[in-house]
Amino acid sequence: MVTANTELAYNTKIEGDIVVTKADAVINWLRSSSVWPMPMGLACCAIELMGAAAARFDIARFGAEVFRFSPRQADCMIVAGTVTYKMAPHVRRIYDQMAEPKWVIAMGACASSGGMYRSYATLQGVDQIVPVDVYISGCPPRPEALLDALIKLQSKIGAERSAKTLFASA
Amino acid sequence: MTATADVTAALQSKFSQVTPRPSGDHPAINLPASEVLAVLKYLRDELAYDFLVDITAVDWGVEATPRFTVIWHLLSTTDHQYVRLAMDCASNSEPVAPTATGLWPAANWHERETYDLLGVKFAEHPDLRRILMWDGYPYHPLRKDFPLAGIEVPLPDIEVADLTGASAKPAPMMGGPFVASTGEMNLTDAEPRAKDESWTEFREKPASE
Repeated sequence: MVTANTELAYNTKIEGDIVVTKADAVINWLRSSSVWPMPMGLACCAIELMGAAAARFDIARFGAEVFRFSPRQADCMIVAGTVTYKMAPHVRRIYDQMAEPKWVIAMGACASSGGMYRSYATLQGVDQIVPVDVYISGCPPRPEALLDALIKLQSKIGAERSAKTLFASA
Repeated sequence: MTATADVTAALQSKFSQVTPRPSGDHPAINLPASEVLAVLKYLRDELAYDFLVDITAVDWGVEATPRFTVIWHLLSTTDHQYVRLAMDCASNSEPVAPTATGLWPAANWHERETYDLLGVKFAEHPDLRRILMWDGYPYHPLRKDFPLAGIEVPLPDIEVADLTGASAKPAPMMGGPFVASTGEMNLTDAEPRAKDESWTEFREKPASE
């Protein structure tokens, strides 16, 4: 087709209110830009989690400021602290109650591996009961480390084949 | 109503079976189970030991007799004096102590903790459930025959255990337990670490010479 149009970029005057892109790109952009965290604050890591949400570090810069204490409204469970065996089933149940798609960040040494609690009472890593996407080292990690983990999670979400699962016949 | 200077002598003159107990800090007495409640009540009402600080127990070891000793710590908030009561449990397999919940409501949770971790039953306790470990946990973790790493048991929730395949496993000690060093040294050397790193769960402990 021969056309007089020499514009290579998108131009609303020519194309109207239409943008052509890939479904994956749009869906992943939406998802990664509004990761609503579910704060599973179980120990001192939760204090740093609150620090990340407060004014100095401001997790809102990455679109994740909407902390939801209801798993139904959350996308990403941040396990911040020591998970005891007594607590472990409840963590799993709350994870199960979150709507797909969902992600998990294991924040700090305890959530990642049991940390210093090598004892009869402590789950040695939350990855035994829920699938973890990003681990953060530190005891506790600084808020910057949590923000770094969030950016890593966003890039991971960006690489997902979201449209494939979205439009696949169930 | 004030705490007397010599609480041991005051109690001995009133209760015949009370004996002094060697103590490095505060006055302490030994007493039989039958006198515990009367002595606690007398200390609270007559000697102004009005504050129940702690109830706990000691496991002296699997071979020891008596194996379990229950400890009460009281404080006089007017005179700032402590007193310690110790009662040897008659049975080594089914230790029992009288409950102090009728004297101090705070005793409720202390006794539940002592029951949970050491298996000392408190007779006539209104609600003697576990408080730290979950209901149905089969052991008492602070007993001397319970390993620090733990013993494998299923998770408290069967559904989650089936779903995840996880269970409460013995923790990897990796040459631990991890203890801090004391004495004059820099803080890096004093950090908690395993005392014997020559073995782990994956590399057997070398035979001692």
